[in-house]
Amino acid sequence: MNKKLGKQTIRFANGINILSYASIAGQKEGEGPLAKYYDKVLEDAEWGEDTWEKTESKMQKSAVSRAVEKAEIDIKDIEYLFAGDLLNQCISSTFGLRDFGVPFLGVYGACSTMAETLGLASSMIDGGFANTAVAVTSSHFCTAERQYRFPLEYGGQRPPTAQWTVTGSGSMVLTRQGNGPYITHFTAGKIIDAGVADANNMGAAMAPAAADTLATHFRDTEKIPQDYDLILTGDLGKVGKSIAIDLLAEEGFDMSENYNDCGCMVFDIDKQDMHAGGSGCGCGAITLCGYIMDMFRAEKIKNLLFVGTGALLSPTSTMQGESIPCVAHAIAISAKGE
Amino acid sequence: MQYLNAFWVGGVICAIAQVLIDKTKMTPARILVSFVVAGVILGSLGLYEPIADYAGAGATVPIIGFGNTLAKGVMKGIAEKGFIGIFTGGASAAAGGIAASIFFGFVMAIIFKPKQK
Amino acid sequence: MKYSKQEYLDYVDKKSPDSPIWKNVLIAFLVGGAICTIGQGFSEFYKNVVGLSEENVKTAVPITMVFLGALFTGLDLYNKLAKHAGAGTLVPITGFANAIVSPAMEFKREGWVLGLAAKMFTIAGPVLVYGINSSIIVGLIYYLIQKL
Repeated sequence: MNKKLGKQTIRFANGINILSYASIAGQKEGEGPLAKYYDKVLEDAEWGEDTWEKTESKMQKSAVSRAVEKAEIDIKDIEYLFAGDLLNQCISSTFGLRDFGVPFLGVYGACSTMAETLGLASSMIDGGFANTAVAVTSSHFCTAERQYRFPLEYGGQRPPTAQWTVTGSGSMVLTRQGNGPYITHFTAGKIIDAGVADANNMGAAMAPAAADTLATHFRDTEKIPQDYDLILTGDLGKVGKSIAIDLLAEEGFDMSENYNDCGCMVFDIDKQDMHAGGSGCGCGAITLCGYIMDMFRAEKIKNLLFVGTGALLSPTSTMQGESIPCVAHAIAISAKGE
Repeated sequence: MQYLNAFWVGGVICAIAQVLIDKTKMTPARILVSFVVAGVILGSLGLYEPIADYAGAGATVPIIGFGNTLAKGVMKGIAEKGFIGIFTGGASAAAGGIAASIFFGFVMAIIFKPKQK
Repeated sequence: MKYSKQEYLDYVDKKSPDSPIWKNVLIAFLVGGAICTIGQGFSEFYKNVVGLSEENVKTAVPITMVFLGALFTGLDLYNKLAKHAGAGTLVPITGFANAIVSPAMEFKREGWVLGLAAKMFTIAGPVLVYGINSSIIVGLIYYLIQKL
């Protein structure tokens, strides 16, 4: 049977089993509406470490350890770790995972990393190269802020389109066989640069990439949005979400009923003063590896299309006035397989 | 009366900067740079001193006042030292503020840790 | 996507909520005005109570304001005020102090020399560069006019 549908979509005929998942969330996320679904909520930004970079590494390490614990397997049973984050040279992943002694494949997809690592780990398993693999990612408000923007104590004003980097890490253990839920499709996205250069409006920059990947996924799989119980983008926020709905409507896909964005769910936007919502690798990761997977377990969701959305900018490109190239990857998850 | 003048003139200068931030998407760093250069130009043309006389701290506390101090300093430096005053005048007039920011910046950075937001 | 780049940017502009400009300007006015009024208070204090000369008052007030800006930055209060006040806390010299202290605090972990000290001027440095350079240019012109 053909594993490839259309130009960009891989179909995992037998489904890749999600054996377990875990999420570690920051303090502010713990005050948000999805708090009870996280495995752990940190009490402060440091978690006993003397730098935030170490905290983020510890979050990633702990997210993997917990998922492995919940799966009741040994870390040595993991054949590949697919991991990435937002920091230069992906140090949260490499430093956090260095003690595991598991083959490591670093991935950079900015905030699309959760979907990208899941897609790559699934492909590795489906190809017969592994039985068990882990996908993990993280972001931390304090590390991202100092790399991309300003020092924490700098007095600046955020425009209403700005998003808040989520502090959190999410991981999943994938296996060849099991009782599901299953990853059934992976649509890898193209880099789309719509010309937006405003780093304070990432939702608008990323929405065209999300819309392109979604439309491609629907065409490749000959599905429509209504075939899913829920379509979930990673971190478009309020502005990006409404743009994505508009763009897909023009392509003939009605997203008005069953579509939401993790950036709009992870915080109580008005009460927590989050402007356009959450963002960062952790935003999609903790929502997926917490609330959403718990909903699968409770059989409240049976079919999900998760789209990680990444803005591929760097502090250098922003200073040089470049527009923001973006990418989005889609993962279809189903309770029963195909 | 001086307090009221300081309040409204200082407020208006800040309000102008806010309009520039919101309407032109100028970054805060560019606002500061433009204001200090504007202060130097206004000061050198003698246009800022009347405002400073009227508003006191309302004109000297905003960063434009820093530019005015530099401009006045350079002229005084030239009057006292001639050519070399071009280089020493501005910085000597502003030396107090600059040295204070370096010193207090250092001290505060030693004492305090940034807090998570 | 059916949009051209320019069409998309125009559309994004329409779709993105604007900053609440009137509210922002009002708060900037009030807070900026209040900070200047405090400065005026110190000015009167140094002149009338301490008895400093006018020349020294002009130096003492910025030093005091810089100290307060630095202190409130350290206490994690300046950015809380700035979130609402915007330019009201940016433009007074206290904002200059904030721009110096905040990176110095933040990059302490990268070391005393290349962290704290080197990063101290990442935000505020341009003010000195353009301020002092423009004063030198103005000085040159002034000097030449005098000589002619």
